[in-house]
Amino acid sequence: MKLSGADIVIRTLIEQGCDTVFGYPGGQILNVYDSLYKYQNEINHILVAHEQGATHAADGYARTTGKVGVVIATSGPGATNLVTGIATAYLDSIPMVAITGNVPNSQIGTDSFQEIDITGITLPITKHNYFVGDVKDLQKTIREAFKLAKSGRPGPVLIDVPKDVQIATCEYTPLGEVATEEKTPAKEQRIVEAAECINAAKKPFIYFGGGVISSGAQEVMSELAEKIDAPIGCSMMGLSTLPTDNQRFLGMQGMHGRYSSSMSMHHADCIIALGVRFNDRVTGNREKFARNASIIHIDIDGSELSKTVNAVHGLRGDVKLTLQKLLPLLKKSKKEKWQQMVRKFRDEEAEYLDNRDGLTPRRAILTLNKYLGEGTAVATDVGQHQMWCAQNLEFKKPRKFVTSGGLGTMGFGLGAAIGSAFGTGERSVLVTGDGSFGMNLNELATAVKYNVPVVVLIFNNGVLGMVRQWQTLFYNKHYSNTVLERKTDFVALAKAFGADGAKAQNIDELDSVLKIAFETDGPFVIDCAIDKDEFVLPMLPPGGSMDDIIVKVGD
Amino acid sequence: MNKYTLAVLVGNQFGVLNRVTSMFRRRQFNISALTVSETESNEYSRITIIFAGDEIKKKQLVDQLYKLPDVYSIKELNDTNSISCELMLVKMKNDPATRSELKAAAEAYEAKLVDYSKDSVIYQIMGSSRKMDEFINLMRDHQILEICRTGNVSLEIGGSTIRQTINL
Repeated sequence: MKLSGADIVIRTLIEQGCDTVFGYPGGQILNVYDSLYKYQNEINHILVAHEQGATHAADGYARTTGKVGVVIATSGPGATNLVTGIATAYLDSIPMVAITGNVPNSQIGTDSFQEIDITGITLPITKHNYFVGDVKDLQKTIREAFKLAKSGRPGPVLIDVPKDVQIATCEYTPLGEVATEEKTPAKEQRIVEAAECINAAKKPFIYFGGGVISSGAQEVMSELAEKIDAPIGCSMMGLSTLPTDNQRFLGMQGMHGRYSSSMSMHHADCIIALGVRFNDRVTGNREKFARNASIIHIDIDGSELSKTVNAVHGLRGDVKLTLQKLLPLLKKSKKEKWQQMVRKFRDEEAEYLDNRDGLTPRRAILTLNKYLGEGTAVATDVGQHQMWCAQNLEFKKPRKFVTSGGLGTMGFGLGAAIGSAFGTGERSVLVTGDGSFGMNLNELATAVKYNVPVVVLIFNNGVLGMVRQWQTLFYNKHYSNTVLERKTDFVALAKAFGADGAKAQNIDELDSVLKIAFETDGPFVIDCAIDKDEFVLPMLPPGGSMDDIIVKVGD
Repeated sequence: MNKYTLAVLVGNQFGVLNRVTSMFRRRQFNISALTVSETESNEYSRITIIFAGDEIKKKQLVDQLYKLPDVYSIKELNDTNSISCELMLVKMKNDPATRSELKAAAEAYEAKLVDYSKDSVIYQIMGSSRKMDEFINLMRDHQILEICRTGNVSLEIGGSTIRQTINL
């Protein structure tokens, strides 16, 4: 059958199992929107307030479902507005396909109205991108894009489609959903060598990241921990993979990680790193990082092995398949001395815990925990609130923590929370700060339009808290441009958008407002007052090591 | 710092060289020479890269290259497993006072005289990059007007080819 390029785009998306797309129409993508109209019973389009919000929504949808998130935008500014969202997905290895319109082929390269070289712009922030100059290549390209986005280490792919290609017709045969590349375990010899190293270890530590979620390796990882009697820690991207109450799980480690997790990693003699990279926020000073440990690094992306810290054993392969081969080679053992040491770190951590009463950040999140169901996804923005969430949220099921780990995108959260709600079909939560929320709060309009059940909890301290914290500690309390002094009334703002909201000035108020919020059909904004001088602790100073850890701040 | 020669087989489409060099720039790989051309098949182009760095950086370069969907295979070449050569054109001032010296040097380096005018001469020289460097050094005693080098091209010796290399 003969179809137009625009129809081919939508039909191919539907064939890939794509039920929801996020986007914003415009001149050079009109034909694709005409096809969306035609196929509206088979594919749902969510109209956002700004293209950036669409990318974050597609991203949140992808993180919570494991499916490819799809975003559609027009040429020029529509396309450039996608950049931050695509980069966010790229740094966190989230499968995403972005489709942009462009001016007709005949006008390409002439600086015509709303023409931009989006393939050039997104070159370093996509796994790959395509300019489709011929309608005959369209179906093949979209299928390839989906394959790339979800294969190996996932990531975003962009497809730029000139308007004449959307109009042109060609023969179309449905080909179904494209398969992902076959996953393979690491080379056997490497696995044998790694097993020897693990069997010789007295203080093994398992450190994992987002790769364990994409690989679905959480169960076999838990078996590994049981067998070799190892504690487990994770990067921020790994959070929610294991239930928070897992006895072996010490939580996130790194710059603002949990004390016991960071200390255990620091004192380990063997670090088994799974689907994780040794980012600077994790290692601090690389010269002093886990000096006594042999690092065994398993990752599907070979370029991550020994990229920043040297791995004694670098294993390129799928984490789950590799662990399945590794496990039978390991000796079951108990490591009482090591566990004693870990217990000691845990006890010390308990002493450092912020147990103050009142509306402290930790108490606020512990209160929120009471309302979270197994399926509730919690999105965050970036800053202090994000770290308090990472340290204190309780998770029961994987894919429930939606946060910008690699790029650290303020303004990520609201779009992501909306996308998460569409992905899970359940109420989602956004924990944000007044700074971050100010960046993309326009998406409240989207939440209202589609009556998305999203609870927005704003930690309102009137300052850019994380930057302020650095200014307090390292910049002689020169609070340069971090005091917001805005007069925004977030409850009135929510109401102006057509949503509901309430203030919470103390912990009891927060509790009762959360109760209302979680019963509200649609978005609900909570303006929660937090002191501006609260700190995220513990903290490893930038470029520092565990010897420099700050656990308490003097007056 | 060591020098490494990498032969990279890539898809023959527009924009591929841009993708490769964009990655080099972004990750700050130190590339001292790069040549690119079509190959025996019009599906592929071949890029020869001379890279300066250490073993770890080279591994990173190879791993990053393999992540580009347009890269099909990579082969590391060295003096013992490959033949390399380069082509250079050197335009010198044609000065009667130094003419005989130039001629002697050209003969010693098997440089071919390909253009002769009243004011200038052009030599064409082919061979190893080291030979080019040496010849340039010799010419510096005289007046060099301009130089153009192609960069290195390399092929593995014997019957095996880069297309047989498994992409892993």
